[in-house]
Amino acid sequence: MIRFSLSALKSPGTLFSIRGGVHPETRKFLSAGAAIEAMPLPALIRVPLQQHIGAPAAPLVKQGDTVLKGQLIGRARGPVSANLHAPTSGKVIAVGHFPAPHPSGLPVATITLRPDGEDRWGPRLPRLRPEDAAPEEIAARVAEAGIVGMGGATFPAAVKLNLRGKYPLHTLILNAAECEPYLTCDDRLLREHAEEVADGAGIMARALGVARIIVVVESNKPEAASAMRRHNLGMGHPIEVKVVPTQYPMGSEKHLVKAVTGQETPARALTAELGIVVHNAATAHAVHVAVRYGEPLISRVVTVSGRGIARPANVRALIGTPVADLIAHCGGLSGEPEKLLLGGPMMGQPVANLRVPIVKGTNGVLALSPSETHRSAAMPCIRCGTCVQACPCGLTPFELNARIQADDLEGAAEVGLLDCVSCGCCSFICPSNIALVQGFNFAKGRLAEKQARKHQQEETKRLAAARSAREAAIAEAKRAAMAKRKAEMAAKKTREAAEAATQPGGEVVK
Amino acid sequence: MRLPQVASGPHFHSMFNVPRTMVAVMVCLAPATGFGLYQFGWPAMLLFAVTLAAALVFEVLSLVIAGRPVLPFATDGSALLTGWLVAMTLPPWAPWWVGVLGAFIAIVIGKQVFGGLGQNLFNPAMVARAMLLIALPVPMTQWVAPMGLKDGPGLADALRITFGHAPGYDTMSSASVLGQVQSQLDAGRPMPEILGGMASLHDQFFGLMAGSLGETSALLLLIGGLCLVLLRIIQFVTPLAVLGTIFALSGAAWLIDPDHFVPPLFHLTSGATMLCAFFIATDYVTAPVTTAGRAIYGAGIGALIWVIRVWGSFPEGVAFAVLLMNAVTPLIDTYVRPRIFGRTRSGKPLPLAASAGEKP
Repeated sequence: MIRFSLSALKSPGTLFSIRGGVHPETRKFLSAGAAIEAMPLPALIRVPLQQHIGAPAAPLVKQGDTVLKGQLIGRARGPVSANLHAPTSGKVIAVGHFPAPHPSGLPVATITLRPDGEDRWGPRLPRLRPEDAAPEEIAARVAEAGIVGMGGATFPAAVKLNLRGKYPLHTLILNAAECEPYLTCDDRLLREHAEEVADGAGIMARALGVARIIVVVESNKPEAASAMRRHNLGMGHPIEVKVVPTQYPMGSEKHLVKAVTGQETPARALTAELGIVVHNAATAHAVHVAVRYGEPLISRVVTVSGRGIARPANVRALIGTPVADLIAHCGGLSGEPEKLLLGGPMMGQPVANLRVPIVKGTNGVLALSPSETHRSAAMPCIRCGTCVQACPCGLTPFELNARIQADDLEGAAEVGLLDCVSCGCCSFICPSNIALVQGFNFAKGRLAEKQARKHQQEETKRLAAARSAREAAIAEAKRAAMAKRKAEMAAKKTREAAEAATQPGGEVVK
Repeated sequence: MRLPQVASGPHFHSMFNVPRTMVAVMVCLAPATGFGLYQFGWPAMLLFAVTLAAALVFEVLSLVIAGRPVLPFATDGSALLTGWLVAMTLPPWAPWWVGVLGAFIAIVIGKQVFGGLGQNLFNPAMVARAMLLIALPVPMTQWVAPMGLKDGPGLADALRITFGHAPGYDTMSSASVLGQVQSQLDAGRPMPEILGGMASLHDQFFGLMAGSLGETSALLLLIGGLCLVLLRIIQFVTPLAVLGTIFALSGAAWLIDPDHFVPPLFHLTSGATMLCAFFIATDYVTAPVTTAGRAIYGAGIGALIWVIRVWGSFPEGVAFAVLLMNAVTPLIDTYVRPRIFGRTRSGKPLPLAASAGEKP
């Protein structure tokens, strides 16, 4: 499914592409023209303690506390975790559980804040001159500011900035591909804040100790690309702007590296092992704000779009703003949406509850009408091979699905289940509407569970074996001690052979 | 196993689904079919209609017997397309029961017995064609010269030809081009002489000679097939492999011994070559799924077609070639796989040093 557009011939660099992929209707025009706007303070703000990959943060406030904007309210726990800050000033009205912005809707630990309307800043983080600061200092500041990967994966950014010592890094790739349809938040951010993004990229390059910075933009965002070309210096490092073909899943980290540099990251390896670190463009902006102004990550740009939204827009919203408030700010829902999503339509998550908050990784709030989803009933697989052509990972989804349906998880793993990146191209393109990637996600979960159980069993066995070995050793020691004593007794007996009328000592011990 | 709830993405879908694909194939098949129907007149139309109707009836009956939902499967267009392809392989003036029998073999034996849509190992239309050819050698090889709708029999005569017991119309029967070549070669005549007394390449290309419905206009089949390629319903690699292999093999043989071998263009325009390359060999269910696999499969079909035509006992070998390669499809799918991203062909992770070596 590689498609060459005529316009790509003008710039041969854009001919480099990835295997497979799909070309969904991007429908970015719905919100691409809307400048980033601020929104009024919501009535309530809910900050989940886990908005990132890793351990949830430990709450530092309790019910009734007054907090100031930017105040640390949750501290990172462990090496892979992230700090949380109050998005505005107000009163903590609850530290408890609230439905997660996740399809399960399960309650998660959440700090609920009632804004006082004054939006008063507390003391900011001390300013840092990145030009003079040591790389470790920059990474530490990024960690302090609670910055996570803002493309959706929400991996703590500081952990990735600290890779410097471990791998020979040479390139920072700033991912502004934004291959998910509908989403325009990175596009707008680049158009309106290219200078800040460039500076953030420069700061990150300094922290990583790399000299080469590449900003990657898909070909359907020419304004963003030209804005970045105007601001092509980040802290003295020249910034290359690379336009890649509009193709989903171009923004997938390893595929992006392949499209930009031609290097393929080995399976189960990190791109850092090739010397390349990929960060999202919005993350770079957050780094700029945190390092230059000492402001932690308390807001982000969210695209509110879809035919179900009256006025699609790009909104700079505080972390913790309820989805309902965002939608209301954008004119509300026009009719009953078929799907309400956080994130893009390919990999986003459906939410049932409008009161859930947006988090650091939420790049979109989409309300899709039935005319956009094209859903129809599932049919049997006709072996058309479209999924095989579309899979960017070189898998055979129809075969994986057949094995999973037959409950042969190991067989599925053999043909590459664990190499699946869950991009959803197969399910998107399948003419029979088979829930392929959904089944793969399910199977991966089952497999992980199985492996965990196996690991546990092995661990139990190992511990049991260790214990019996220990017990055997103790018994052996006892026996040895006994034998020694017996021998002593026997020696004593022979010494006292004269008075041999009494019972033998050995039997007494027995 | 049932999925508890479809929660993960993607939350929208491409425009394509099974019925749309089937309809697109039928639309691309329509020009050649329409021209064939015009050429062979009313009897061909009646046979075509009977075969399609029978295919649909057998599909519904099979679904009822199998206890499967009738409406979604009967309306997916696959039965209609199968019936259509069966009709394309029949002699246009064959009696109605040949069409019904063909539809029965294709739908019931070729498809539903295997488990319905997507489950069959062999191409249903080719199963029907091969079985009919072996079981009914006489009705399956009675070709008529194309007369056009106006000069041919009227509706009343056509009803008698298709549904009557005895032929009530003076047919201008003639052998198909490939049959003619084979019988004359067997009689020991040199190739240039045989070709001289036959329909020209030009006629074959435009479809002005005797043959089954689908063997007529190579041009219209080519156009329809290219439309399928442009619509991204089929990959160009399959027809390219089929046609390329036939062309290469027959060309080589012809260059070596032009007295005994048919020239390559003749192979490409005669018989069911075009129909096979664009509409039969590209059948999703029975072909391999990878591009490389399809190339191998197409080349195999092309080679077998040529071998059967040259050395086989039947003048035309498309059906047998396709069925033989259908049997190889699972093998091809097992061994020809795409390379997994980040892994070598053998499934090991890519060596880090090799890829890091080409530092930009």
